[in-house]
Amino acid sequence: MEHYLSLFIRAIFIENMALAFFLGMCTFIAISKKITTSFGLGIAVVVVLGITTPVNNLIYNYFLREGALAWAGLPDVDLSFLGLLAYIGVIAAMVQILEMFLDRYVPVLYNALGVFLPLITVNCAILGASLLMIERDLNFAESTVFGLGAGVGWALAITALAGVREKLKYSDVPDGLRGLGITFISVGLIALCFMSFGGIDI
Amino acid sequence: MSSPKEVLLNPIFNNNPIALQVLGICSALAVTVNMTTTLVMCAAVIFVTTMSNFAVSLIRNHIPNSIRIIVQMTIIASLVIVVDQVLQAVAYEISKALSVFVGLIITNCIVMGRAEAFAMKNPPILSAIDGFGNALGYSVILVGVAFFRELFGSGTLMGFEILPKVTEGGWYAANGFMLLPPSAFFLIGLFIWAIRAFKSDQVEEAEYKIADNVQYKEAL
Repeated sequence: MEHYLSLFIRAIFIENMALAFFLGMCTFIAISKKITTSFGLGIAVVVVLGITTPVNNLIYNYFLREGALAWAGLPDVDLSFLGLLAYIGVIAAMVQILEMFLDRYVPVLYNALGVFLPLITVNCAILGASLLMIERDLNFAESTVFGLGAGVGWALAITALAGVREKLKYSDVPDGLRGLGITFISVGLIALCFMSFGGIDI
Repeated sequence: MSSPKEVLLNPIFNNNPIALQVLGICSALAVTVNMTTTLVMCAAVIFVTTMSNFAVSLIRNHIPNSIRIIVQMTIIASLVIVVDQVLQAVAYEISKALSVFVGLIITNCIVMGRAEAFAMKNPPILSAIDGFGNALGYSVILVGVAFFRELFGSGTLMGFEILPKVTEGGWYAANGFMLLPPSAFFLIGLFIWAIRAFKSDQVEEAEYKIADNVQYKEAL
């Protein structure tokens, strides 16, 4: 249990997807002007990451990994080079299924998250989490915890940035820095704050 | 219709994908700790963007509109797999250093963005030039950031010693902050400032205008 808790905390604070690995930056910068929208997007990312990371873990372990096809009588086949294509396909399909499922059974949630779901397919944080999970050789339970933690960390970072930007628009910024420039510098400062979690080990 | 030269040169300063279109920032920051990995990353992105724009443009009239995203994704993912396999075979060390970021070229918004915005509407050769130009604009910023981070962070450029460090008997005390993630954000912010200082038409409108202080005499 402690092992999972440690993994979860690490994924949120120390190895924050947005601020330490720079993943999902495009949406991170583009959709962080208002707290409510960025919070909605954050929740959608948590949901999608929590589903796709473990699913990709299963795909890797039972189809792609060297010797994984032994159950089908093909012990010598190594399909790991197809990984990238398989993961992005899984992500695109899962997002589509989730969208249809929410539309049919949970319309309230669909109205809240609907606009963000298509955007998420091309969010590097989602694919990045799957690739990091493969690189670190996590098992199924670990990958679920890692996916959820990474999502929560990303949501936390984008909500924090939106809070800063809501205040920032009332400030007097030098001409050339206005908009994108000052946003980058604020992200840098937030990343600096998150680095102070670095030494924590549970 | 714009000329090939404009299509090639516009994205470098006038319409830079990173500084103005806010595309492809994700990978731009993580691989810039040293010049060698950065140059390899730039070469990979240039290859993928040019080829994907060319390929998408070739079949643009045959792609049904409703499934175009998945078709583009498949083309891009196949190209990235080629790059990844070549890197692992030719330069294994660099491929290890880039780790997941080669794979993440798939979701690099520049590649998707140009395929969607330009290649779907223009002939193949012009699209390939557009892809090349945009990837070049991305590379300019990336190489710029990597130059400062490696020079001031470890006193070297592409592994060669430029500023001899104190720890090795020289005079330069290495600035470790440059090797940490936040420095990349500051550097890109300053790059944007520098570009906009020269191209003042890129400056964004202020959302709120601060009223002039008419009662300043009270403060004196």
